[in-house]
Amino acid sequence: MSTKSNSPAAPEEFDPSRRSFLGSAAAAAGVALAPGVFLYGVGAANPADARGLDEAASGNVRWGILIDLNRCDSGCTECVTACSKENGLQGHGRPATDAQWIRKVDVRDPATGHSQSLPMMCQHCADPPCVDVCPTGASFKRADGIVLVDKHTCIGCRYCMSACPYKARSFVHEALEDQKTHAPRGKGTVESCTMCVHRIDDDRQPACVEACNDTGGGAMLFGDLNDPESEISKRVAKYATQQIRSDLGLDPGVRYQGL
Amino acid sequence: MVMAAIALTTMIGMALVANALEEESAASRVPYPDIATGDGDTCVEDTEFMRRYHMTVLMHQRDDTMLKGIRSKQHSLKECIDCHAVPGEDSIPVTVENPKHFCRSCHDYAAVNIDCFDCHASRPEQDLLAKADEK
Amino acid sequence: MKQIVYSEIDGRSTGFWILAAVLGAFALSGLLAALYMEHYGHYVTGMNNQIVWGMPHVFAIFLIVAASGALNVASIGTVFGKTLYKPLGRLSGLLALALLLGGLAVLVLDLGRPDRLIVAMTTYNFKSIFAWNIYLYVGFIVVVAVYLWLQMERRMNRYVKAAGMAAFLWRLVLTTGTGSIFGFLVAREAYDSAVMAPLFIAMSFSFGLAVYILVLIAACRGSERELGDVFVNRLGRLLGIFIAVVLYFTTVQHLTNLYAAEHVGVERFILIEGGIYTFLFWAIQVIAGGLIPMALLFRTPASGSGNAYSRIVLASALVIIGGFAQVYVIVIGGQAWPLTLFPGMEVSSSFYDGVINAYAPSLPEIGLGLGGIALSGLIVIFGIKVLRFLPATLATSSLDSQGH
Repeated sequence: MSTKSNSPAAPEEFDPSRRSFLGSAAAAAGVALAPGVFLYGVGAANPADARGLDEAASGNVRWGILIDLNRCDSGCTECVTACSKENGLQGHGRPATDAQWIRKVDVRDPATGHSQSLPMMCQHCADPPCVDVCPTGASFKRADGIVLVDKHTCIGCRYCMSACPYKARSFVHEALEDQKTHAPRGKGTVESCTMCVHRIDDDRQPACVEACNDTGGGAMLFGDLNDPESEISKRVAKYATQQIRSDLGLDPGVRYQGL
Repeated sequence: MVMAAIALTTMIGMALVANALEEESAASRVPYPDIATGDGDTCVEDTEFMRRYHMTVLMHQRDDTMLKGIRSKQHSLKECIDCHAVPGEDSIPVTVENPKHFCRSCHDYAAVNIDCFDCHASRPEQDLLAKADEK
Repeated sequence: MKQIVYSEIDGRSTGFWILAAVLGAFALSGLLAALYMEHYGHYVTGMNNQIVWGMPHVFAIFLIVAASGALNVASIGTVFGKTLYKPLGRLSGLLALALLLGGLAVLVLDLGRPDRLIVAMTTYNFKSIFAWNIYLYVGFIVVVAVYLWLQMERRMNRYVKAAGMAAFLWRLVLTTGTGSIFGFLVAREAYDSAVMAPLFIAMSFSFGLAVYILVLIAACRGSERELGDVFVNRLGRLLGIFIAVVLYFTTVQHLTNLYAAEHVGVERFILIEGGIYTFLFWAIQVIAGGLIPMALLFRTPASGSGNAYSRIVLASALVIIGGFAQVYVIVIGGQAWPLTLFPGMEVSSSFYDGVINAYAPSLPEIGLGLGGIALSGLIVIFGIKVLRFLPATLATSSLDSQGH
């Protein structure tokens, strides 16, 4: 779908040509939601409203991701690869202890035989159980809804890992070196998907969303759920979406379409 | 009587310590470290301020960045590391494993443990493959 | 009761020093295991992203739960006024402290960042039951220390009753808190239950008393002090009742889960299909740790006649083993069962969704756990050597004519 080659620019550099390209690419190659209905992968926020470096994250904003499972192919793992690359997740050949911030889950209904695939990451709940149980308050929710681990305060007790219904969190089981400067991670602390908070603060999209729209199935849409004019708000208002384990009443910021 | 003895010992001890501190460091057993100068003309704050308060500044900044998402560059750790990177033999900045690392040169001397680099990268992000290609 | 005389044990026999050396060796290897895990990272253990709490937590939780229960003996004497238990009170307090410190040592040394203990003790999120537990554990140490002091300082004896009541209530809250660490985890089917708190209280009574009985008998035998049958028999009968209460709450826990269709999966896993967990549950926890000791103990005569020592020692040992199995099934069995993201669906992924999580205890974990037990042991043996925790005699003849 996308013909743009990925430039080898360092992730921190703000590349204005990228955003304008995404805007036009969306117009040219939208994602089919239903016949005639398209899901556009537009940039995170209106550039005019960009948050200054010295400004704090605002509670007026709630970041969310909408994932259209009709476009999610079970063989595709672009989001997983992009996340690993962006955040410097090094595999050590030990799948039981290696960190995984996003994963593809294959779901099959044994009664009907229907199967589908979906990306699963930290759901950035509005009422996160991981935040409730953290003894030091290291697991916290930022004002704009992103759930993070403050590694400065994390003591590595792993209680949040027990509490998360989505198994979103990983523990760093070995010493690390040459971490990405925008994604510090260290031995003995717990970590999970940050919704690429470093990118969001830089007015870009999370790596998984970007990769999905560039080279994957175009299933993911990122935006501000509190802004009624944003693409994501309009989509979730118009079409039915589901939250995983909605029975727990956590109000995740990640919604799925076509579950 | 006991109290007087304790007070006297304390005062003598304090005088000795103060004396030792004022002596030329070159005369002490641990050589004064050779601290590399950073890039550019000046640091974001002056040297004496940084010597005393850099941790206060960093801790305040980290809370602002982490908890509130304030990413101002004045006291950003990333900016510190970018300027204060010390090149190794292969002209690639050294990590904190190497005693020549800027933070290590002083912290080793002062015998203060550095906690930051368990999680934070201790040098500017390297595209090591590209650098190897350049050679 | 005649004025009870307490005295330090001699603690100079070869046996004592061999015991101290063995305990010291285990404690040291526990410390080395912790350093090893902290240095290399937790990948050297059997714990992983699926089973996040392993053997160290099994040991730690057993020790902490038993610590709370070990104080029971002192409470029965002080709060409930049973004079027979009064001479046993000081050892009870010492044992409670020792077990708690051993359990906390294991828990803290297993943390991913044990160097951040100061952070854990100064930064609190009060919505977290874990944070409350830190206060409860540290507070328990203070409360028991004060309680012991009031017992041992004869001029302060008049305040013992108040302290005893405070200690009794404190440890009920503490054990409720420990059970709630699991009970509050709504996401995990094996844990999400209000009955976890009373179950843990019952477990604390049972495990704590079993440990106390063994320590009391060992301390008296080791220091060649007479221990009257009436003490052992009464404690044995009490243990039998506590085992029954644990079995009751365990039954309620599993029955309630079985009634909820959404929890049938985890129950089927634990009770029937779980391999090691099923074996541990039925053979070790219920039969060896519950039914057999109960049978042994209820045959114990209530009064001072007949020597039931060997039966009571065996029963206590079985309760402890059964207790470990129970904590293992709760902590590890509960995590082995996968999280249900899509009820009724078959799920698979690269991150172990939809599969029973495997766990194999590693040597460093077991070493750390045993080190905690050894630390508790060292505190007890040096405690009774240095201070007057143990009565000079607990002979039946030391009781007055009413049998008090």
